[in-house]
Amino acid sequence: MDEASQGLAIETSGLVKTFGNTRAVDGLDLRIPKGAVYGILGPNGAGKTTAVRMLATLLRPDAGQATVLGYDIVREAQQVRGKLSLTGQYASVDETLTGMENLVLLGRLLGHRRAEARKRADQLLAAFGLTEAAGRQVKKYSGGMRRRLDIAASILNTPEVLFLDEPTTGLDPRSRSQVWEIVRAVVAYGTTVLLTTQYLDEADRLAARIAVIDHGRVIAEGTPGELKSAVGGGTVHLRLRDPGQRAQAETVVSRVLGDVIEDDGDKAALRARVGADADVGADAGCDPAAVEEAGSQAAAERAAHTLSELARAGIAVDAFSLGQPSLDEVFLALTDRPVTRATDARSHQEVPA
Amino acid sequence: MTTTVSTSSDVLAAPSREAIGAVLDPTSRPPAPGALAASVAFGWRALLRFKHMPEQLFDVTAFPLVMTLMFTYLFGGALAGSPREYLQFLLPGILVTSVVMITMYTGVGLNADIGKGIFDRFRTLPIWRPAALVGALYGDILRYLMASLVIVAAGLALGYRPGGGVAGVVAGIGLLVLFAFAFSWVWNLLGLVMRDEKGVTNVSMLLLFPLTFVSNVYVNPDTMPGWLQAVINVNPITHLVAAVRSVMSGESNPGEIWRVLIASAVLTIVFGSLTMRRYDRR
Repeated sequence: MDEASQGLAIETSGLVKTFGNTRAVDGLDLRIPKGAVYGILGPNGAGKTTAVRMLATLLRPDAGQATVLGYDIVREAQQVRGKLSLTGQYASVDETLTGMENLVLLGRLLGHRRAEARKRADQLLAAFGLTEAAGRQVKKYSGGMRRRLDIAASILNTPEVLFLDEPTTGLDPRSRSQVWEIVRAVVAYGTTVLLTTQYLDEADRLAARIAVIDHGRVIAEGTPGELKSAVGGGTVHLRLRDPGQRAQAETVVSRVLGDVIEDDGDKAALRARVGADADVGADAGCDPAAVEEAGSQAAAERAAHTLSELARAGIAVDAFSLGQPSLDEVFLALTDRPVTRATDARSHQEVPA
Repeated sequence: MTTTVSTSSDVLAAPSREAIGAVLDPTSRPPAPGALAASVAFGWRALLRFKHMPEQLFDVTAFPLVMTLMFTYLFGGALAGSPREYLQFLLPGILVTSVVMITMYTGVGLNADIGKGIFDRFRTLPIWRPAALVGALYGDILRYLMASLVIVAAGLALGYRPGGGVAGVVAGIGLLVLFAFAFSWVWNLLGLVMRDEKGVTNVSMLLLFPLTFVSNVYVNPDTMPGWLQAVINVNPITHLVAAVRSVMSGESNPGEIWRVLIASAVLTIVFGSLTMRRYDRR
């Protein structure tokens, strides 16, 4: 392990995994520092889960290599297993068993004696707010409770590296924020967390660095701030009082911000991206340096400017908001095409990258 | 109603960052368990699953009972003069057939189990690799024992009188369970290879029917055509039945017993290692 690798929890180079004709992971290079949350952001079918499963020793890569805390994921798989825990996309707990039985079973599999395993299970259930549900079968849990039990199981012996594969997909907002709290607690303890997600806001809230992946490759990497400025400040949503003024409003907005993104069907609603290929993009031809400058402050200023220009033109606005860029917008900015749906993934295969 | 209950407990007990932080450092971090301890823990899981899904035990109680009653009374009068006479010959054979038949649930169960996320967790634990499968087989052994006891009890009630006494019956069941454990690895492999439970069931039935019927279970093969006798003679079930029959009747046949022991060892080694290769590659 060279000196540059010392501070890394995970390092991959040229990782490839093929299923039939589909290259799910296609030359993945990651350098994940220790002791923070690292986000892997990408749409369905981008290869996030396949990448995590390889790193967690569940799948063998077809090519390339990877180390977790310096151990090779193929040759030293058993050492890697001693360092990590995985909370998969689908509950990695036994639905037939109760919450308590799940944790006691896992405790015993980690080498605890029965009494100790029970004590640890009690502790964890209490901390995760599951004491009341301890004796209930997991299949009767709500989605949020199941996910909490799953994470509790993953930290029974608090691991050095924790893999969370889309931990909040399908959860209600309150359960999502509970999972975020848990992740923050685990990171504060010193665990490196590798989190995959489809939500930019989730990666933004939790991750110190983010890799955006598409078709099994990293297409952008950096801190959330760097990514957002590369993408632009976000999206302005506004609602006209008089839909009849739409044409006028579009002229004003596109003069200030660039192209207006049509909203489907609703004549009163206007949506426009702020940043990358708005002002700067259109004139400077998407010069990366210029894009970098267009930070979120500039975005807010430009959004405010839009509002005052609309007022000057005598166009009344009922509602106005400046939203964070969505995953769709990230993709649009990074790849010049919208998020690839899983069904498109195959047709893309025929096009040599 | 269910929603209300889970919502209220969610609200009351939303986890806080502090509470979780406080339990992150486990007081003790024991070394990973050995092969036996890990397998036993998985065996405990199998028992817990019986507790939560007692209907699983239907296969090992009702099915053997029906098999015993059905064949005793269907064939007994015609083949041996009376059901009671026939039972003396049939019982060890129907015991073997029933237990060998229920070994297929090993593969069906593994196939259903491995598709769920829980196996991802098991496979990322730093434990002896075959532990999860071996532990599940411990649970299966319990099912084989239950089925055996049901059949022997039914046989005794119908008039079966084993010449080998208690010792002979225990030895016969022991031999059968040992073979069933070894044979289960065939189903473990199948459970890993096949796409879904239905496929596992279909292939298992396709193998099991000829395996159990083209044998010496129901009648003595002496009257059959030569080519069929040749087939029956290479069927391991024939030798298993001969061995179990011999010890239960009190005239133990060492040649057949050795064949069963060797077949069990070969099945475990060959299919056990094929299964583990597959298990690691998934």
